[in-house]
Amino acid sequence: MKEKLQQIKTEVTDLLAKTNDLEGLEQLRIRFLGKKGELTAVLKGMGQLSAEERPVIGALANEVRSYLEQEIDSRKEELSAKMQEEKLKKEVIDVTMPGKKQELGKLHPLTQVLDEIKNIFVGLGFQIAEGPEVEYDYYNFEALNIPKNHPARDTQDTFYIEDNIVLRTQTSPMQVRVMEKQKPPIRILAPGRVYRSDAVDATHSPVFHQVEGLVVDKGVTMADLKGTLEAFIKELYGADAKVRFRPHHFPFTEPSAEMDVSCFVCGGEGCRVCKGEGWIEILGCGMVHPKVLANCGIDPEEYSGFAFGLGLERVVMRRYGIDDLRLFFENDLRFLGQF
Amino acid sequence: MKVPMSWFEDYTDMSGITPKEYAHALTMSGSMVEGIENLGEEIQNVVTGKILEITPHQDSDHLVICQVDVGEGVIQIVTGAPNVKVGQIVPVAKHQSKLPGGVVIKKGKLRGVESNGMLCSHDELGITEAELGYTPEYGILVLPEDTEIGMDIRDYFGLNEDVVEFEITSNRPDCFSVIGLARETAVTFHRPFAVKKPTFTENNEKITDSLSVEVQNPDKCLRYTARMVKNVKIGPSPKWLSTRLKAAGVRSINNIVDITNYIMLEYGQPMHAFDLRDLDGQKIVVRDAKDGEKIQTLDEQEHILSAQDLVIADASRAVAIAGVMGGFNSEVKPDTTTIVFESATFDGASVRLTAQRAGLRTEASSRYEKGLDVNNTVPAIERACQLVEELGCGEIVGGVIDIKGNTKPQTVHQFRPEKINAFLGTDIPTETMISYLKELEFEVDEQKMTVIAPTFRPDIESEADIAEEIARIYGYDKIPTTLLSGTATTGKFSKKQMRENLAKSILTAQGLSELCTYTFTSPTIYDKLCFSADCPLRKNIVITNPLGEDTSVMRATTLASMMQILSHNYNHRAESAKLFEIGKIYIPTEPGKLPDESLMVTLGMYGGVDFYDIKGVLEELFAAMRIDGIRYVASGDHPSFHPGRTAKIMMNGQEIGIVGEVHPTVCKNFEVETACYMAEISFEALIDGTEASYTQLPRFPAVTRDIAMLVDKTVPVADLEETMVKAAGKLLENIKLFDVYEGAQIPEGKKSVAYAISFRASDRSLTGEEVNEVFDKILKKLEKECGAQLR
Repeated sequence: MKEKLQQIKTEVTDLLAKTNDLEGLEQLRIRFLGKKGELTAVLKGMGQLSAEERPVIGALANEVRSYLEQEIDSRKEELSAKMQEEKLKKEVIDVTMPGKKQELGKLHPLTQVLDEIKNIFVGLGFQIAEGPEVEYDYYNFEALNIPKNHPARDTQDTFYIEDNIVLRTQTSPMQVRVMEKQKPPIRILAPGRVYRSDAVDATHSPVFHQVEGLVVDKGVTMADLKGTLEAFIKELYGADAKVRFRPHHFPFTEPSAEMDVSCFVCGGEGCRVCKGEGWIEILGCGMVHPKVLANCGIDPEEYSGFAFGLGLERVVMRRYGIDDLRLFFENDLRFLGQF
Repeated sequence: MKVPMSWFEDYTDMSGITPKEYAHALTMSGSMVEGIENLGEEIQNVVTGKILEITPHQDSDHLVICQVDVGEGVIQIVTGAPNVKVGQIVPVAKHQSKLPGGVVIKKGKLRGVESNGMLCSHDELGITEAELGYTPEYGILVLPEDTEIGMDIRDYFGLNEDVVEFEITSNRPDCFSVIGLARETAVTFHRPFAVKKPTFTENNEKITDSLSVEVQNPDKCLRYTARMVKNVKIGPSPKWLSTRLKAAGVRSINNIVDITNYIMLEYGQPMHAFDLRDLDGQKIVVRDAKDGEKIQTLDEQEHILSAQDLVIADASRAVAIAGVMGGFNSEVKPDTTTIVFESATFDGASVRLTAQRAGLRTEASSRYEKGLDVNNTVPAIERACQLVEELGCGEIVGGVIDIKGNTKPQTVHQFRPEKINAFLGTDIPTETMISYLKELEFEVDEQKMTVIAPTFRPDIESEADIAEEIARIYGYDKIPTTLLSGTATTGKFSKKQMRENLAKSILTAQGLSELCTYTFTSPTIYDKLCFSADCPLRKNIVITNPLGEDTSVMRATTLASMMQILSHNYNHRAESAKLFEIGKIYIPTEPGKLPDESLMVTLGMYGGVDFYDIKGVLEELFAAMRIDGIRYVASGDHPSFHPGRTAKIMMNGQEIGIVGEVHPTVCKNFEVETACYMAEISFEALIDGTEASYTQLPRFPAVTRDIAMLVDKTVPVADLEETMVKAAGKLLENIKLFDVYEGAQIPEGKKSVAYAISFRASDRSLTGEEVNEVFDKILKKLEKECGAQLR
């Protein structure tokens, strides 16, 4: 019996080496380890053994059984791995073929850059204000220290609806509306559409967007104006961007300034884009005129503030190198898809 | 404003300042320099030379050999010019010279004869006939006999000059003058500044013997100064004068006109000259025009005036529109012998309105409208007299007529250096502030600490203006940069803004791209949208002065904007488009009041999509924004939409928008030849969503039963679903439509509809009996209420 067991062991070892598929392996398992298998048959004959032999042969039989099981399993694993490998080889695809995508829509480039600007200012403690586009003359002009005979009010610049109602020519009326309602401290950003009676061409549009900012509090200084706007520009254009402030005139700020940013193309050396000046005009700003504060019921002796306004289209055009303002309103998908 | 840099040397020291430094410094002190142009940049090494001798060329019948004295010696030049004569003084381009257009002249041989340069025509020097002021004979430009020999031709033509172009802001009328800008220059570089008082000799006559001036409206005529010049000899101006004018961009006309233009540039004071012969009654009356009064101006245009306009008149008629333009009837003519110089100040607003009404904006009116200095009329007119004397073109009649109108007294401003420093965030010493102000000709009372601005600075109205003066001379770039201190504020978006951003993300995630369209439109779009003639949306906010009909009303619907963009893309061969806009419409309220500006969400698509695609986008939008209670009700009455493929969108019984296939006629009107789909909903409806809350995940299994039924074709599935929900009770978990079928095996007028219905209880596994019971209820109700037959 011992010989028989040894013989099974040897035979199985030989057969395993010759078995190359899972089916053959299964047959092998059934032939030896199945209910009617050869090893099972040997084990069934154990009852006829003597009491001395039984544990010895029993131990040997178990050893052979577990040996066989182990060998078959490991061969099975080996074969499965090999088969899987062959299967994978057959499953090769062309990974350079295009993916199946769920196409996203695009936000308008004006929205994308405006969102960026809004987020910068929200980070600086600003809230976003809104106001009407069809606006009273009072808010658009009078309260902003643009009296009745100021040239900016000529009909060639302003669209009139009625004598006292205009399409706002600037986002500044929102300053007044905020100051009337809210007591300082005020920190707001007020983006929106504005309207000017300009014929359409590559650099002019009768509708465009401005982004207005206003800060009013005790002790706000022109140094704060410079610092805040410089921080904004460094966020928008990167830490290397330089700014300069030069005197200018706006009726609703005093002192007034225009802020230039170092040319993005030449970095200040002077090139075609900046017309050799190294600087590009980016926004107008200034300390809120005491008359404007007083018009809104804020005491200019107690409070001071600054305001700024930038043209969104120009910022976006420079950002992406867009040379024609009309593209923004044409909404050609080939244009919108680029951003 | 263009000024040749050398002109400033008349009033201040310009030594050692390069054009580049100048441009930067003036820009930073508030007089923006647009650019500096060197007029003669392209011309080099060209001088005046005298032709001493001309000999024929052996090998040519059209070339001659000239010996030319160019100051430093005599050179030989071969030329083909037909008009050369011995003794002429002509421009000579020497060896290694440069001419406009990048032309370089070098010595060489012409048919074997050495030539050391070229004689030039005006064309070759880039000088036009208009700039010369006459038409020269063909060939070499022949210069006057008394021209110095060996002179740089750029100096001869006044081209060796850096001309600064300034952009002057409207609040600084004083800077629309050379003197004003010279003062700014001097202050910027902290150098001395002085304007010499003009001097001249008067004759023994008296102006008042032959002229009287009466000012009837002293509120509008703030000052009127007149002087008289007799024995006037009208003729060309000397070269220095025409050259300066030319460099400043003004064409030379004749000596008297040039003097008035020169004064306008130098002093910023518009001047006018009348021919005394034409002043009826030898009288000047400054008065309001009569309604309907006519005048022909110098440009020979006729204007009809009104009582709001101010005129200069003689005893019988208007001879000038005050501050705008002189009259044709009294202009200076070649045979004029006695002139009256006018140097006056008028109310700026009045001049502006008159110029606007007359459609006549002149150099003079654009200066007056900014508010000119009443104290400038006398120095300016004196300077004009000085020039008349210098040019020898007339004799100054003795005396001046000078009438002052009503002007506001000068304001005394508080001067608080510590307040100014606190405002600017600087630490500028008081003495420094005072010295800046004095350089700017402000009167500073150091005892009372008050300041009075000079009369040429109408822009100085408050202490903030004084702070600006100090800041700009100190230098904006020297003001420190600090971050905001003070009370902390929370930066944030409002709820509405956050919801808007969310809506945009949901729509872009579904493949729709955002539009930005014009908010004004044409009133004819309502016709294109097939709106009825009495549709209330046709009542629009109307622009009274539009650019054109196309942009003359504020839109009351966003549908046309969307159709226009769909059309643009369709006609630019985009196969498909999926677009959205979140934009305003403007609905009038009542006269004198602002309209309602409502935000609308508009969707539009075409190409490989149908009604259920656009509806699906909306459903996802409402779901993701957690808006409940939305129902879609078939609607056949919107004129822009397909009558059978359109739904009103209802929220809790209220209509909030519309979605559907665009009516084929509307597509045709917008030139789109494929089916388009649009939706327009009020953004207002999207503002309040429900809060998300957690429901425990199910622990017991669901039971699903399928149901297929036949119903009339006209029964909307929404009715079936509503009926099922009502019948099912709380065990119902979900109803899912999985098939709608019409055609073979289905009776005419019927459709087959199939649902998978799932039931679940949260606390137990449902038994078959429980489910059967509910399912039966559903079937019965469907049969009864919807006429459904189970298949």
